Amino acid sequence: MSSFTDRADIALADRNLKIAVERTAGTAEAKRTIAIDAFPDFEQARDRAAAIKDHVIANLGLYLERFEANAIAAGAKVHWARTADEACEIVVGICKAAGARSVARSKSMLGEEIGLPHALEQAGITRIETDLAEHIIQLADERPSHIIWPAMHKTREQVSVLFKAKHRDPHQEETIAAMAESARRHLREGMLAADVGISGANFLVADSGAVCTVTNEGNAEISLVPPRVHIVTAGIEKIVPSMGHAVHMLRMLSRSATGAALSQYTTFYTGPRRPGDRDGPEEMYIVLVDNGRTTMRETGLAEMLRCIRCGACMNHCVVFRQIGGHAYGSTYPGPMGAVLTPAFDGLAKNRDLPNACTLNGKCQEVCPVRIPLPTLLRGWREKSWREGLEPTSLRTGLGAWAWVARRPALYRAATASALKAMRLMGRGGWLRKLPLAGAWTEHRDMPKPAAQSFMAQYKKGRRS
Amino acid sequence: MIPARSGTQPRVALFVTCLVDLIRPQIGFAAIRALEAAGCEVIVPDAQTCCGQPALNSGDRDTAADLARRAIAMLEPYDHVVIPSGSCAATMRVHYPEILEHDPEWGPRAVALAARTYEILAYLDEVRGWKPDGVALDATGTYHDSCSGLRELGIKRQPRRLLAAIDGLSLKPLAGAETCCGFGGTFCVKYPAISNAIVAEKATAIDASGADLLLAGDLGCLMNMAGKLNREGSKVRAFHTIELLAGMGDGPAIGEEA
Repeated sequence: MSSFTDRADIALADRNLKIAVERTAGTAEAKRTIAIDAFPDFEQARDRAAAIKDHVIANLGLYLERFEANAIAAGAKVHWARTADEACEIVVGICKAAGARSVARSKSMLGEEIGLPHALEQAGITRIETDLAEHIIQLADERPSHIIWPAMHKTREQVSVLFKAKHRDPHQEETIAAMAESARRHLREGMLAADVGISGANFLVADSGAVCTVTNEGNAEISLVPPRVHIVTAGIEKIVPSMGHAVHMLRMLSRSATGAALSQYTTFYTGPRRPGDRDGPEEMYIVLVDNGRTTMRETGLAEMLRCIRCGACMNHCVVFRQIGGHAYGSTYPGPMGAVLTPAFDGLAKNRDLPNACTLNGKCQEVCPVRIPLPTLLRGWREKSWREGLEPTSLRTGLGAWAWVARRPALYRAATASALKAMRLMGRGGWLRKLPLAGAWTEHRDMPKPAAQSFMAQYKKGRRS
Repeated sequence: MIPARSGTQPRVALFVTCLVDLIRPQIGFAAIRALEAAGCEVIVPDAQTCCGQPALNSGDRDTAADLARRAIAMLEPYDHVVIPSGSCAATMRVHYPEILEHDPEWGPRAVALAARTYEILAYLDEVRGWKPDGVALDATGTYHDSCSGLRELGIKRQPRRLLAAIDGLSLKPLAGAETCCGFGGTFCVKYPAISNAIVAEKATAIDASGADLLLAGDLGCLMNMAGKLNREGSKVRAFHTIELLAGMGDGPAIGEEA
C-alpha cells in the first residue's frame, strides 16, 4: 500500500479534488456557522451532548442490555459481534438464510468500517447502494472520501460523465436535477426488488429498542421498508438512553454536519411489521458491533466514543481541506479518523495520521460533543514515540537538540556558531536555500537570522 | 509611552523563545521596552533555552517534562512570566500542568507557574491595562490570529485593542484570520507539501486584504507566512505585534536587512 505522503502528494496535484472539496466543505462550514449562531445556547447544548455520551459510555453494558431487551420485545432479533469479521459473517449468514440474491444498502460508515460491501460481494450477493453519493462511489468502484458526503472528492462535472457512461437511461440536460433523476431511474427498480435492506444506525434508543436513521434522500426508508428483511449494523457506542436524548443529539448532528436544523428524513424503526401494519419487513435483525470500541474505552480513548459522525472536524480541518479524504487511506478521514484509524488498524501502519496535523485546535472548537481531538492525537504521537515508531532522523535530531537545550552555556555556543554559518549564506535579508532545511526553503524563503542572538546582545548590555 | 496605572512594580521574567532569540532579537527588545513602559521590572533569566514544545508535539513526553522542570525552576522566583508567543505561553500555561500532572513535586509547581505565565499581548492589555501612548505609524495592517493563542489562551481582542491605540494605523479584515497558516511547528518540515498548500492560500488571503503590514503574535507563524509572501513576490511586510506597540514599526520588517 502507498504511503500517506505519496497519497497526499497525489491529492495536492489534483485540481478537481481541490474544487470539489472546497465546494462541499466550504458550503458546510458557512451553513454550520449560520445554524450555530441562530441556536439559543449552543455551548450549553454541547456540554449536554458530551455529558449524555459520557454517561452512556460509562454505563455501556447497562444501556446495551436495556436496548437489547426492548428491541427483542418489539420483535427484532439482536446479535453481538466482537470483531468486523464476526459482524460480516452474521450479516451474510442472515442474508443467506433469507435466500437473498440482492440487498439494498443505506449508507453506513460502520458497514464500511467492517468491510461489509466486500463481504457481500464475496458471498455472491448483489449490492445496491441507495445513497446517491454511495451510488456514485459504487459506479466508480471507489471508496468513500468523507463520512457525510462519500463522493465529496468528485465534482458534479465528473459525476455527469460517470452517469452517462454507466446509467441505462442517462440525463440529457446538464443540470443537477436531471442527474438526480437519472440516478433515481437507475436505482428505483433494484431498490424495490431487493430481498434484504441493510442500514447502519445514527442512534440506538435504549428505552424503546428503536433504531434511528438520518438521511436527506429518503433512500433509507425506500430500501428498508419494502424488503422482507431489515438488517441493522451499529457500533455499540451509538446508544442513547431515551428518545429525548436522541432528539437532543439529532439537533447537534444535523447542524454540525450540514447546517440544517434537521435532516430531510429522520426515521425510528422499532421492530419488524406488526399485525395490522400496512408495510414493513417481516424480520428485523440488529447486529451490535464492538470492533475495538471496548478496548478504546479502556485505553484512554473513551472520549472518542462520543463521536456522532457529523464530519464537522474534517470540514474545518486545514489538512483535510487540502488533501481530501482518500489520502488518509482509511474508512474515517480527517481529525476523527486520525484518532480512530490507529485504534482500528494499528499505529505502526498509521503513525502519519496523528502526526499530519498542525494541532491548531479548530476541530475541537467545532466538535458538537467536545472531543479533545488534539489531545487524543498528541496521545498517539506519544505512544508512537514510546514504541520507537518515529523515524530515526527525528529521534536523533530531537534528541541532540534536547541534550543541548538542557545545557544553557552549550546552547549559547552552539546557536552562536549556527548563526554565524547561516549569516554566510545568501545575500539580503532572505535565504532562498538552506542546507538541512530544504523542506522549508523548497516552498518559502527563510528570514536570515540575526548576527547575534538576543541573549548575546542582552548580555552585552543592549536593552531596547 | 507612559507607565501603566499599577501601583507596585511587578518583577517580570521575560522568556523570549528560541525563535526570537535566534531569528529576530528585536522582538525581545520590543518586549522589554513595552513591559517597562507598562510599569514592569523586566528580568531576562540567563538559563533560558526552549520551552520544550517541539518535544511535546513530537510525542517525546519525557524530554518535554524534563525541559518543563528546568523552566519552572528557572522562572518560579518571579512575579510573572511573560512570553512574546501564544504557542510557547500555551505550552507553559496549559501543557506544563498536564505533562507533570502525576509528578507529586513538580505538578503543583507547574500549576502555580501556569497561573503566573502570560502571553505578552494579553498581559499588557488585561493584566497591566496598558496602551501604547504617543506611538504613530502611518500604515494599514491585517491581523492573523495564531491558533494556540486564539484557542488555548483566548487571545483575540487584546492585540486589536492595543493596536487601535497606535496613531495612523488602521486594520483591514483578513479573510480566514482564524484559519491555521500551516506552520504547526515541526509539521511544516514533516509534511512540507501539505504545509505549503495551506500557507499558499493564507498568503493569497493576506495579499487580498490590501494591507501593507501582516501582524501576528507568534514568530513561527510569521516566518511561515512572510517567507511565503516573499517567495511569491508580495509587497506585504510582516512584523510581530509587539514591535509596532513598542514604536519599532518604522524599522526593518521580517526578512529585511537592517
